[in-house]
Amino acid sequence: MEPLRPSDYDDGAPERPIQQPSLGWVGFGRFMWRQLTSMRTALVLLLLLALASIPGSLVPQRSSDPNGVVQFRRDDPELFEILDALQLFDTFTSVWFSAIYLLLFISLVGCILPRTSHHLKALTSPPPDTPARLERFEHYRKETAEGTPEELLDAAKETLTSHGYRVKVDGTSVSGERGYLRETANLVFHFALVGILVGLAVGTGFKYQGQRVLVEGQTFTNQLTSYDSFNPGRFFSDASLEPYSLTLNSFTPTYQFDLTSGFANPLDFVADVTLRDAEGAQDLELRVNEPIDYAGTSVYLLGNGFAPWITVYSPSGDVVFSQPVAFLPQDSNLTSLGVVKIPDGLPEQLGMIGFFYPSAVALETGALTSVYPEPDQPVLTLNVFRGDLGLDEGIPRNVYSLDTDELTQVTGGDTGVDSLVMGLGERAEIPGGLGSVEFTELRRFVSVDVHRDPTQLPVAISAVFIMAGLIMTLFVTRRRAWIKITPGKKGQATLEFAVLARGEDPGLRRGLDDLVEAFSQSTKSRLNP
Amino acid sequence: MLDFAYLSLVGVYSAMAVYTVAFLAFTWDLATRSAKKPVPVMAGGGREAEAPAAPATWGPFQRIGLTLSVLAWIVHLLATIGRGIAGNRVPWANMFEFGLTSTLLIVAVFLGTLFWKDLGYLGAYVTGFVLLALGVVTVNFYVDVVPLPPALQSGWLVIHVFVASTATAFFALGAALSVLQLVRARFEARQMAKARIMNTLPGSSVMESLAYRLNVVGFVLWSFTLIAGAIWAERAWGRYWGWDVKEVWTVIIWVLFAGYIHARATRGWRGSRAAWLGIIGFGAVLFNYTVVNIAFTGLHSYSGL
Ligand code: HEM
Repeated sequence: MEPLRPSDYDDGAPERPIQQPSLGWVGFGRFMWRQLTSMRTALVLLLLLALASIPGSLVPQRSSDPNGVVQFRRDDPELFEILDALQLFDTFTSVWFSAIYLLLFISLVGCILPRTSHHLKALTSPPPDTPARLERFEHYRKETAEGTPEELLDAAKETLTSHGYRVKVDGTSVSGERGYLRETANLVFHFALVGILVGLAVGTGFKYQGQRVLVEGQTFTNQLTSYDSFNPGRFFSDASLEPYSLTLNSFTPTYQFDLTSGFANPLDFVADVTLRDAEGAQDLELRVNEPIDYAGTSVYLLGNGFAPWITVYSPSGDVVFSQPVAFLPQDSNLTSLGVVKIPDGLPEQLGMIGFFYPSAVALETGALTSVYPEPDQPVLTLNVFRGDLGLDEGIPRNVYSLDTDELTQVTGGDTGVDSLVMGLGERAEIPGGLGSVEFTELRRFVSVDVHRDPTQLPVAISAVFIMAGLIMTLFVTRRRAWIKITPGKKGQATLEFAVLARGEDPGLRRGLDDLVEAFSQSTKSRLNP
Repeated sequence: MLDFAYLSLVGVYSAMAVYTVAFLAFTWDLATRSAKKPVPVMAGGGREAEAPAAPATWGPFQRIGLTLSVLAWIVHLLATIGRGIAGNRVPWANMFEFGLTSTLLIVAVFLGTLFWKDLGYLGAYVTGFVLLALGVVTVNFYVDVVPLPPALQSGWLVIHVFVASTATAFFALGAALSVLQLVRARFEARQMAKARIMNTLPGSSVMESLAYRLNVVGFVLWSFTLIAGAIWAERAWGRYWGWDVKEVWTVIIWVLFAGYIHARATRGWRGSRAAWLGIIGFGAVLFNYTVVNIAFTGLHSYSGL
């Protein structure tokens, strides 16, 4: 039985007549459906999909490069408006992109469902009858043999069966077909594609992803309030947050200094952490590329940097602020930028923007720079601002930025007063009797991402089936073979062998020769040389 | 200690010198081919002719080209291994090294296919292409050996990039055959008996079938590249798919070749249109390697430039 194919399927054979669709709504509907599930539509949709993906690589995407989008808007607000209206900053969730892949998806399902039911039938039906005239086939051989017709028929059956053919005896001939696996594999491949698409879609609904900055000594518990930022899928519920906690004990980077380029190349980043759950505590190592997998979630090490411990004293010497502050790395030698906000305890609210240099050296201009990412000469500089920090207005503020528009600068910049500069353990007075600041201690921080994606496994399994299906279609060929026996005189018989390819089949001729060879070696018969 | 990075570069230049001579020999062979007996043309639409296999019928210049290609390839291989020793890791971690390894694989696949079918007429293309690519990567993309940053230290990187390079090699040969197929089909359509070089080549349907088989192998490898890349991305960045620029292009290429495979089974597309898709697919591979690596920013900025 032929595998079912869309009407415009082409295996290189001459064209078959195409049936005219009957008129009327039902006929029209059927015609449209046939169009949608045709090879040509699938092909055009595939090409459209490729084409529609291109903008997603030319224009920054909100999903993968949010900063790029912000930058684009700043650089060219007018063009931004137009492109945004076309959803080009969200290419892969845009209406037009979704339309293409939904159509492709429908076409795919509409194509493979009928093929599957057809194939299931084919798997249980016998091979077709032997054609009347085998000599018409391109790959054909005629031999003579000794033996009774029964013996020869048996031998023919055995030969075809041992070559993987499913056989049917048709009078004095044996008809065989093999390579059903090819269609099976092709269907497995296409079903696995559906699996991936469904997995991706369901995954976006149920997954969550949270970020957290952890300073050495700090503990993070897997609760919504513990995250610095959190992106849940549409169907996320708090119940899917596994209760556990993670403490960062220490973080150890390893660098190699490259003499020729003068750069320090990172070799390894290791975070020593302790994971605690109801069962107890265990010490683990968290590395880049080696996330900790725990109860369906994975914890990734994505970034690291320094968190100077900053203590602020009031003019009377009381401690009004004392904690490590994560400074965000700005270059490969970890010159880092941080912000400190002190809303309470001082005569006026204070904000500070600071730079941290792990290995500080002064440039000719007097400016500082870091020459190595390790703390060989740690220096902290702070520009102090006073005024209303705007924290009481209820507007969420980014802890890593300070809006200085409404503030008065006290040190650095155009004030003519030098920025505060401190080595480790040093203390500096804030001008104007506002208090003092101390660089108390140096810690490190890591930024971790916690992810949960329940469809990851189904998608992975689909991917395995995709590969398996593909490889099998590549190596399995679909082929038909016939051996026909015509009894002659004196125990002699004429044997005709023919094979026919069903699709791509480079080894067809060899296949025929193999059959003849195998037949001649079979015990029950003797081919005449 | 031996300066392996330097020795490797010397090796690359030596290999280029030998490839140059091989290229000249192959080109000379093509130019003088017309004197030889034409291979019979198979009428279009028929099944593939049993293409001649062993290079038994090769002319002297083709043999010289082949011998020199093998020699150049061995030097090329040593240079690539040297680069790996210099970095104490696999030699495909930045654009220079990736170029070195990919071209090595293109020649390897070409030489390998000769055991299977007589694709000797692609010799000039392969050596010419590799020569050009090696020139570009050594002049424009050369970087010193630096250790891998932690994000790139992954077994999946090793697999992902190596398989991608191998796929590229198959696509490169497939595209060349598709180009020849198109040219050949045009000659067949016009029955230009005088185009003697063309007449020494197999017919367009043979070319199409050969191109198809190389591209299908490339496609399987590319599918694997995609999957291995997703696994690596999951381990390194915490998500297996994020529409990063490089991911987008990997999918575009994959979809183009899926289209190519479909085209070969679609009425009206089998033949020349399918060939065009294969060529466009390989064009996208080249674009992905050059323009996307250099001009587009993304998480995959491993070019080292
Ligand atoms: C999501 C989009 C699709 C992709 C990525 C895709 C990919 C592929 C690939 C790679 C192959 C060759 C490997 C194999 O035979 O297993 C193939 C074969 C095939 N596909 Fe698809 N396909 C898609 C959708 C469709 C649709 C919608 C149809 C129905 C019209 C279809 C019908 C076929 C057929 C009939 C074959 C067999 C071709 C042959 O016998 O040579 N595919 N497809």
